[in-house]
Amino acid sequence: MYAALAIGDGEPLIRWDWIARNWDDDILESLKEHLILSFTPILLGFLIALPLGIACARWRRFYPPVLAVTSVLYALPAIALFVVLVAFTGLTYTTVIIPLTLYTLSVLVPSVVDGLGSVPDHVRKSATAMGFGETRRMVQVELPIAVPVVMAGLRVATVSNISLVSVGAMIGIGGLGELFTDGLRRDFPTPLVVGIVLIIALAFVSDMVLLLIQRLLTPWERTRGASKREKEVLATGGAA
Amino acid sequence: MITFEGVTKRYPDGTVAVDTLDLEIPAGRITVLVGPSGCGKTTSLRMINRMVDATEGVVAVDGKNVREIDPPTLRRGIGYVIQQAGLFPHRTIVDNIATVPFLLGWDKKKARARSHELMERVGLDPKLAKRYPAQLSGGQQQRVGVARALAADPPIMLMDEPFSAVDPIVRASLQDEFLRLQNDLEKTIVFVTHDIDEAIKLGHKIAVFQVGGKLAQYATPEEILDAPADDFVRDFLGGERGIKRLRFFQELDAEEAAEQATEQAAEQRAAADRPEAGSTAAER
Amino acid sequence: MNAILNALEWFGRSEQWSGVDGIPNRLLEHLWYSLLAFALTVLIALPLGLLLGHVRQGRLAAVSGFVVTSSANAARALPTLGLLILAVILTSAGDLVPILIPLVVLAVPPVLVNAYAGVQQVEPGLRDAAEGMGMTAPQVILRLELPVALPLVLLGLRTAAIQIVSTATLAAYVGLGGFGRYIVDGYARQEYDRMAGGAILVAVLAVVIQLVFTALRRFVVSPGTRLQYAGS
Repeated sequence: MYAALAIGDGEPLIRWDWIARNWDDDILESLKEHLILSFTPILLGFLIALPLGIACARWRRFYPPVLAVTSVLYALPAIALFVVLVAFTGLTYTTVIIPLTLYTLSVLVPSVVDGLGSVPDHVRKSATAMGFGETRRMVQVELPIAVPVVMAGLRVATVSNISLVSVGAMIGIGGLGELFTDGLRRDFPTPLVVGIVLIIALAFVSDMVLLLIQRLLTPWERTRGASKREKEVLATGGAA
Repeated sequence: MITFEGVTKRYPDGTVAVDTLDLEIPAGRITVLVGPSGCGKTTSLRMINRMVDATEGVVAVDGKNVREIDPPTLRRGIGYVIQQAGLFPHRTIVDNIATVPFLLGWDKKKARARSHELMERVGLDPKLAKRYPAQLSGGQQQRVGVARALAADPPIMLMDEPFSAVDPIVRASLQDEFLRLQNDLEKTIVFVTHDIDEAIKLGHKIAVFQVGGKLAQYATPEEILDAPADDFVRDFLGGERGIKRLRFFQELDAEEAAEQATEQAAEQRAAADRPEAGSTAAER
Repeated sequence: MNAILNALEWFGRSEQWSGVDGIPNRLLEHLWYSLLAFALTVLIALPLGLLLGHVRQGRLAAVSGFVVTSSANAARALPTLGLLILAVILTSAGDLVPILIPLVVLAVPPVLVNAYAGVQQVEPGLRDAAEGMGMTAPQVILRLELPVALPLVLLGLRTAAIQIVSTATLAAYVGLGGFGRYIVDGYARQEYDRMAGGAILVAVLAVVIQLVFTALRRFVVSPGTRLQYAGS
């Protein structure tokens, strides 16, 4: 095992004793920071994207300009935003949280609009015909039908955020990403491997949890596979 | 002439789509394959241009086993029209019609000239040439589909429910014009439909299929209406067999009259036919 | 606000516009890594995506759908900075290879998955018509499936290009050039104007690429395909 993982100069890819020594302090501490840095933006982004998306779906005229803004936000490299924000918010969590919130928005707003767009017209009309008011129709009929597409966007944003947080390590605030800079400084692969594995695991677990929540929220969808639009968001990142 | 000799199509899961089919499809005529869904009519059609290969038996075109011809070559020599037209959304109408000539390596100019000629033939406004399929109505798209199949002037045309995606009134006029076109062209046409009225209206010969891929009856429309081979065919013809017979022979008379008349008179007849055909279709 | 003004002033200094550490040279470096990675990505992912999308029946079709879609998801989870540093520590194959590995690994999935999804979405009726008229498999792919799938193919290429340009910034972190140089050096020397200048340059480059692809879409996607998209 040990020999198989060894690299060129005899340094093993993983030193288990290093992990044991640093687990409680460095690794768990970084993991905690990583969770805060990735999930705060998701929560904030979701809280903003939902009303914004609903507004765009209702007043379609607002959507093209909003879409133009979100697609530019989507393109902006995280590292660039981190660096620019340092001037305003200093070396704090906020500096990482704001760009990731914007990134979450750029994925979620189109998902909400598309999700609401996936409500069949006849469903909307029959709800109105049965006497649903606009707000009640939105909450009880349209939003539940939009859940799968919105959740697809949420899954994309969550997984991306978890991996993007590590870029913050370049300005010293990067959760598990700090293990990367540590590894580079000491030319030592163990922290790198640990960081990569934990980030991927965290992304995977979060994705599964979100999928589970989606299943619980939409029991009627269970027998059906993912819809075309849902698959499209998952595949393309919803940046249409 | 197209012949089926003991043709069977069996899928790996054991279902038999076509069961020992023997059929002689005459040249220069319209032969309609009709039957309920799952009866193997489309599979039979698709075995002619090798979109499906038979498990047993021989399908031959002019005496030559189609299995001995490589599919692209075979297919470029056979016109193919399908439901929903299957027009390429990224190509203009002229270029859609010129698809097979392009594949055959015709000169671009010649191919496009041929497209324009065909547009006129199938009754499409030349102004539509530079449009895209998404800008055309369903009926217009179907006409483009027919024109595209005719582009390289193939002796054989395979048509799989070509008119079933349009509304009854448009369908009736497409059928009328299709018959008029066939009068001039005399292609060997194999036409699949699930609509017995359409089969009776268009077919010189009709092959009635039943579920399980069995041929129930193969005869002229008159023979089928007069003497259904069995209960299945009688049921498939429906309760209004008498009315259908009456209408069929009326139309036959009208056709003969029209043949003697001028072209203008024929057009008037077609126009007069339309509401009648529309209302019968709506009855169903 | 002052800090940003300082950064803008940084652009005005004449030494920024010439020499090894000048903006033109850093731009060329940045574009060089990006283009190399993008070319490799397209060469690998585009033909593979088109081909896998084309196969609709049999065991390969069942497997490829799953593999392609999960690769897109997995790629999003990959921390590039970690991958890059690991590649640097583990390989001794020159300067460029370590940076190209994570760039390509990151960019292949979006191209692959979009090409695959684009071709898969071509209506079965169109495929049927194309084959029925006597098109060979390569003709079906090049004359029908690729043009119809083009909007999604371009979306995949755009996503890949933007990710590559953003991530190429990290090259500086392992000692290479490009705009990331300003960010890394600025951070090390505590020169904020330099850092912000670099950040602005990277952001502008990414937005320019976004716009280039938007324009490209107008030029290469058939109006007929766009109409169909608008209609559906």
